[in-house]
Amino acid sequence: MKSRHKKLLVIVLALAGIGIAATLILNAFQSNLVFFFSPTQVANGEAPGDRAFRIGGLVERGSIKRDPDGLTVRFVVTDTAKSMNVVYKGILPDLFKEGKGVVAEGKLGSDGVFTSTQVLAKHDENYMPPEAAHALEQAQKAQKSLVK
Amino acid sequence: MNLYTYASPANFYILAGKLIPWFAWGAGLFTAWGLYIAFFLAPTDFQQSEAYRIIFIHVPAAWMSMFIYLVMAFWGAIGLAFNTRLSFMMARALAPTGAIFTFIALWTGAWWGKPMWGAWWVWDARLTSELILLFLYVGIIALWAAIDDIKRGDRAGSLLTLIGAINVPIIYFSVKWWNTLHQGASVSLTKAPSMAATMLQGMLILAIAAWLYTIAVAMARVRRIILERERQSEWVKALLEKES
Repeated sequence: MKSRHKKLLVIVLALAGIGIAATLILNAFQSNLVFFFSPTQVANGEAPGDRAFRIGGLVERGSIKRDPDGLTVRFVVTDTAKSMNVVYKGILPDLFKEGKGVVAEGKLGSDGVFTSTQVLAKHDENYMPPEAAHALEQAQKAQKSLVK
Repeated sequence: MNLYTYASPANFYILAGKLIPWFAWGAGLFTAWGLYIAFFLAPTDFQQSEAYRIIFIHVPAAWMSMFIYLVMAFWGAIGLAFNTRLSFMMARALAPTGAIFTFIALWTGAWWGKPMWGAWWVWDARLTSELILLFLYVGIIALWAAIDDIKRGDRAGSLLTLIGAINVPIIYFSVKWWNTLHQGASVSLTKAPSMAATMLQGMLILAIAAWLYTIAVAMARVRRIILERERQSEWVKALLEKES
């Protein structure tokens, strides 16, 4: 084996070693790397109860209610399996809509209501003109009524 | 013709000089074409309306930030294994462009994040790992600059590049592996792109423009490095005499 091939082998082995080490470290930190918990995870007690954390999911359709003060908003975050009541006082991002993704930071109260200090909108990776989105929605509705 | 001819800095210097104008003009044309599509032909988005157009800069910059790093790591590995002079010069020439693209990706991301998500910055896995990439670029450039002995500097910098390469797959797959605020990939090898055709076309054309630009500036930079390192050699002296 030539010395340069030996060197190349050493480099490849070292890289493999670093890769394995990184995998193990990332695995160990798995729970800390999570940006938000889903309502199901919260229901299973995976979220930290004593400190602030984030929940993520979809804003349930028809669940957004505003208090008379005009600032406090109540809505339900769902991952279709479980859902959570959220209350938030403040300005909402433009993309905050019923049926769309949301990430809320705050604390879980003893009454099961999540009091949020910050609400972020989470959008998906789909980009299309409004007409296409409309057509897609119509097609889905048509399909649903066929199934029924 | 033997390709190894161009592993010699003297020959590559001449070749790069001939190729730079082609890549530079190509980059200019593709940028103009891509931006025209981005601003005039691409339709409005159904949920983000006009704000999504930042994708045309953001995504090509983010792709290049990761890709340039992998190319740097490749040249670093070749240099370390085979002791080829030009490989280390290529690695050094690419680093500033990679750092700039990383910065652009982070900056445009913040501009996009504020109106869409409601926050300039969040510490989710995608954003944090991309920030680490910027620190890696800056750290590698600083390490090269800090070591006066060129050969030792080359080796140390390339070693750091190789170790940091593990971060690139973490950036790329972060949106798959963990819950992140950042959305998943719209374009990938494993599934059909989830973008309207015109939008995708504009983004890919601007990505090609970013490639051509990177090749042009990296070649220009590597020519400077070659001249600086080979200034004692006969061919550089002859070249300088001819030009003066």
